[in-house]
Amino acid sequence: MAGHSHFSPANVEEHFEFTSEGKKRVIYAFIAGVVALVLGIYLLSKGEAGGHEVANAGHDAVKAGHEAASEHLSGGAVSHQPAAEEHYDWTNRIWANVWLNAVFFTGIAVIGMFFVSLQYLTKSGWSSVMKRVPEAFPKFLYITLPILLAVFFFKGDAIFHWMHHGVTEVGSENYDKIIAGKAGYLNKTFFIVRLVGFFALWIGLWTVLRKKSLEEDLIGGTDLFTQLVRISTAFIVVFGASSSMFAWDWVMSIDTHWFSTMFGWYMFSSWHVTGLAVITLTILLLKDKGYMAYVNENHLHDLGKLMFAFSIFWTYVWFEQFLLIYYANMPEEIIYFLERWEGHNKIYKTSEILMVFLNFFFPFLVLMTRDAKRTRIFLKIAAFFIIVGHYIDFYQMIMPGVLGGHAGYGLVEFGMVTIFASAFIYIITDELTKASLIAKNHPFLPEAVHHDI
Amino acid sequence: MSSTTNYILGVYDDEDEVLHAVSEVKSKGIKIEDVFTPFPIHGLDRAVGHERTRLPIAAFLFGVLGLTCALSLISYTMVFDWPMIIGGKDFFALPNWIPVSFEGTVLFTAFGLVTTFCISNNLYPGNQPDLLDLRITDDKFVMAINVDKNKKVSADDIKKALKDSGAIEVNVK
Repeated sequence: MAGHSHFSPANVEEHFEFTSEGKKRVIYAFIAGVVALVLGIYLLSKGEAGGHEVANAGHDAVKAGHEAASEHLSGGAVSHQPAAEEHYDWTNRIWANVWLNAVFFTGIAVIGMFFVSLQYLTKSGWSSVMKRVPEAFPKFLYITLPILLAVFFFKGDAIFHWMHHGVTEVGSENYDKIIAGKAGYLNKTFFIVRLVGFFALWIGLWTVLRKKSLEEDLIGGTDLFTQLVRISTAFIVVFGASSSMFAWDWVMSIDTHWFSTMFGWYMFSSWHVTGLAVITLTILLLKDKGYMAYVNENHLHDLGKLMFAFSIFWTYVWFEQFLLIYYANMPEEIIYFLERWEGHNKIYKTSEILMVFLNFFFPFLVLMTRDAKRTRIFLKIAAFFIIVGHYIDFYQMIMPGVLGGHAGYGLVEFGMVTIFASAFIYIITDELTKASLIAKNHPFLPEAVHHDI
Repeated sequence: MSSTTNYILGVYDDEDEVLHAVSEVKSKGIKIEDVFTPFPIHGLDRAVGHERTRLPIAAFLFGVLGLTCALSLISYTMVFDWPMIIGGKDFFALPNWIPVSFEGTVLFTAFGLVTTFCISNNLYPGNQPDLLDLRITDDKFVMAINVDKNKKVSADDIKKALKDSGAIEVNVK
């Protein structure tokens, strides 16, 4: 514990190498995802849900990320309901999955920026040894932005009720008074302005932060630190507004009639705890490869505390939203939970229970003790299942509104999440190689290296 | 501290010195009873080798007690004694009870824990603290060694060890 007494920044520079073997593995996972997706789409077009084929799916992809979500659920997978409703397009399930993963991974990417900004804003020392890891995450925003835009442009009406033809035109057979009343906010132009505008701010601020942070490695001093604090402050302000608005835009507006004033917080808390879990998992995997030796169990303890605390925060927000709606029992509000509990032949009930278990009870029990938070294997297990749990959380937010009774866990879901996860791993790992893993001239680095709790 | 116990006290005037002295004294096979300081010193607990506090266990037990009390109170009043229909829910409507059960758990844990802490540290109104050396409230650091628990080392050796480790004075109490 006291092994760092002769700490000197000059000898801590550490460069991560993305080996060709590692690259190959991620690419194989990506290909496995594509194969699973194509097979899933083929089965869908034939009218099969592909829910029971999951067990045979490529095992080499298991290393890549979130596949366990599909594997776990394959038992409870629901087969395709006979199309009782009028004109349901089976391709919607593909677009809903693209949207779900784009939203989920955008969240993880932007939480990297949020985490770093928060550390600068609070002038925290302990996290400066690991800040290069979350700092790399926002790179993935370059991938999700075009995906979000493309889905919105080409298939927006498959996802958003408010984009259906004629819902805001008086006299149209689709005319919907409630949606027409929201048209001032929920219209194509304003949606695009918000999406592109906030993304530009996110990416812009990240680019500046990243540039200054790398500059600090070369010249040091405290001037750059002060500038970084200002950039971070600006980002926190932007993120405060944008995270809420994106929650309304991307997810809440799917169930256009329904609304919840807690929704911005709810989605943010889900993003945040997932991001923290991904940060922790990345650091642990880097440590397993022999990097980041200066991140000791004290830093891991803090990360564990953050995951523990924000799992409880997520539970608080989720339950608060549920309790108020349950208690008031107003038809226009309670429909949201009825759909996820009893509606659509109860196909969402299992995931809803599993989600609350994985996102609350599991991290609560696993991460409760001090020793667990300081033991790598416990942290790894907890982080992995938090990520899986919050993937299901987003699934529960998006699928009932888009697909209703036609959703399920099958090859399409499995393939899509594998594709996104391996792309995310590839992009982030590549970004990690571009800078020293330790910000060697960070003014608080000596404090962080001596962190002891 | 009861007057029947014999203590040898090493007085130090620097926090780094006392921290190093702890491992030095321990390396001579002497058991340290406690180290008294005017302010917390990082790593001192670990150096002295204090066991981890058992307060978390007390916290858990008080939490369980609080949860039980809250749930018993709600279920007795709302289900058995005077059943009321609220919002068309069942009498036994668990989601409605979660906030109160949570508050009950937190309340019992907080009060119980503070009380346990105070009792285990002899902190109560009117208690005159029995300080081994008054200067530990000001600027001196005192290492206390219980003679009765160090039968293998003679008192003179203990005194010498303290002196060698940088104590500015060695007292017996």
